[in-house]
Amino acid sequence: MNPSTAKPVAYTEFHPRWYRPRVSVYWWLGEWRYLRFILRELSSVFVAAFVIATLLGLRALRNGPEAYARFQHRLQSPTAIVLSTISFFFVLFHTITWFNLAPRAMAIRVGGKRLPDFVIAAPNYALWLVVSVAVGWLVLR
Amino acid sequence: MSTQKTSNEALLWMLFSAGGVIAAFLVPVHIFLFGLAFPLGWLEAPSYQHLMQLVRMPAVRMYLFLLCSAPLFHWAHRFRYTLYDGLQVKHLNEVIFILCYGGALLGTAVAGYLLWRMA
Repeated sequence: MNPSTAKPVAYTEFHPRWYRPRVSVYWWLGEWRYLRFILRELSSVFVAAFVIATLLGLRALRNGPEAYARFQHRLQSPTAIVLSTISFFFVLFHTITWFNLAPRAMAIRVGGKRLPDFVIAAPNYALWLVVSVAVGWLVLR
Repeated sequence: MSTQKTSNEALLWMLFSAGGVIAAFLVPVHIFLFGLAFPLGWLEAPSYQHLMQLVRMPAVRMYLFLLCSAPLFHWAHRFRYTLYDGLQVKHLNEVIFILCYGGALLGTAVAGYLLWRMA
């Protein structure tokens, strides 16, 4: 309906029912874009699992060398390796989607023109590389 | 929720965003090293003494605190909305809110306690 010709809404006792089609609980399974969105959101579960594993590792460190050796041994079990592998790929997915969102979050204009997406995303990837190497260097030194 | 006078959504979103940044930059290398490269023997695992030396440094403890705490708030936000939109469990909204942010606060407290007592 054209808004300019629409009459102001007058509410009566006999209010018409809203048109609200029911959305299936599995709406995100039908299309890749939706599934990708849900998978991206679920990457946060693996981020949380990483934090729990890190806290367990810190507790083992605090409890002494034997406790830490036991913790290391548990991380070598096939279950732990499978979980670590899955977590690693989910977290990579988070990193990539997060960096690629940056150009949408900040539209920087230079000389009236919007900077292309990769100019904003690329420094994130470069910094990611630097930070990862720095963490590795500190741990392995 | 309409009776609420002030919204805490802005603060929670900032925590979500900060946690997202920290998780994006730091979690992959941590999982790669401690979850894959060391257990599988691709790289030689650092000794207990070396790790303790690192963890005793205040800057490293601050780093580990942020690495544990902020991503939990990131998780709380995303997980809450995944349940809300994905599974449409809107009637449990308050319970989910309390469990998610309660979990994040609990994890933050545990991280603070462990790192405080690490010396």
